[in-house]
Amino acid sequence: MQRRDVSTRRRFLGLAGSTAAIGAFPFAISIREVEATPETMATAIRSVTGGATVQTGKVKLDIPPLVENGNSVPMTVTVTSPMTSDDYVKSIHVFNEKNPQPNLGNFYLKPGAGRAQVATRVRLADSQKIIAIAKLSDGSLWSVTTEVVVTLAACTEDVM
Amino acid sequence: MAAALINVPKKAKSGDVIEIKTLMSHIMETGYRHTTTGAVVPRDIITSFTCRFDGEEIFRADLFPATAANPFISFFTVARKSGKFDFEWIGDNGFSETASASITVE
Repeated sequence: MQRRDVSTRRRFLGLAGSTAAIGAFPFAISIREVEATPETMATAIRSVTGGATVQTGKVKLDIPPLVENGNSVPMTVTVTSPMTSDDYVKSIHVFNEKNPQPNLGNFYLKPGAGRAQVATRVRLADSQKIIAIAKLSDGSLWSVTTEVVVTLAACTEDVM
Repeated sequence: MAAALINVPKKAKSGDVIEIKTLMSHIMETGYRHTTTGAVVPRDIITSFTCRFDGEEIFRADLFPATAANPFISFFTVARKSGKFDFEWIGDNGFSETASASITVE
């Protein structure tokens, strides 16, 4: 009996949560990729894109799909670009959905880079969606979205 | 002196695309962790990384609490002439470190 109570309550909370989420989204989305992401991430993305349309493609995000330890996750972002003085990648921005704050990193490149590729190591607090957005010299924006599953979340080992 | 690890090829042919790898030793405390007594551990991170070649900026990055401890950053550049790369890390609590590496371009 008690069990059933719990499940009903959970279902209710779940329903309430999703309704609230749907209510919060309509004004947050300007691009398709961002639709299922929390408000803070959408805000962070808007601060980079300025509300402009983001196209899918050109960007490649290399990150393990299954992460055992979220404290240090290798990540490589590559953008297809000739990197000439009139056609190059200005900046690369990486966002996450469920860390305490939405940014993973901002990288600013110059045409002399030769190859639009950066690598770093990040922390991931939960299984979530990662979005990389590249800003090109002509002002166009390109993105890629990847899902990662994290088994040991960053920062929780202290509490345990 | 905090330890920086820099990996830049010593020699390159003109026009070669070279990879530069950097690692700075730093705790990168997120500011979101608590001690057993419940007190917040204050944020202490590197916020900015810049690489200059002969004084001209060639790469810059903003770092966040989501950057793993001992930030590792790698990027590319085209070797055009011999010169010196200067690296600079700036962070919370007045953290500021520099390192440099030279390259000979044939």
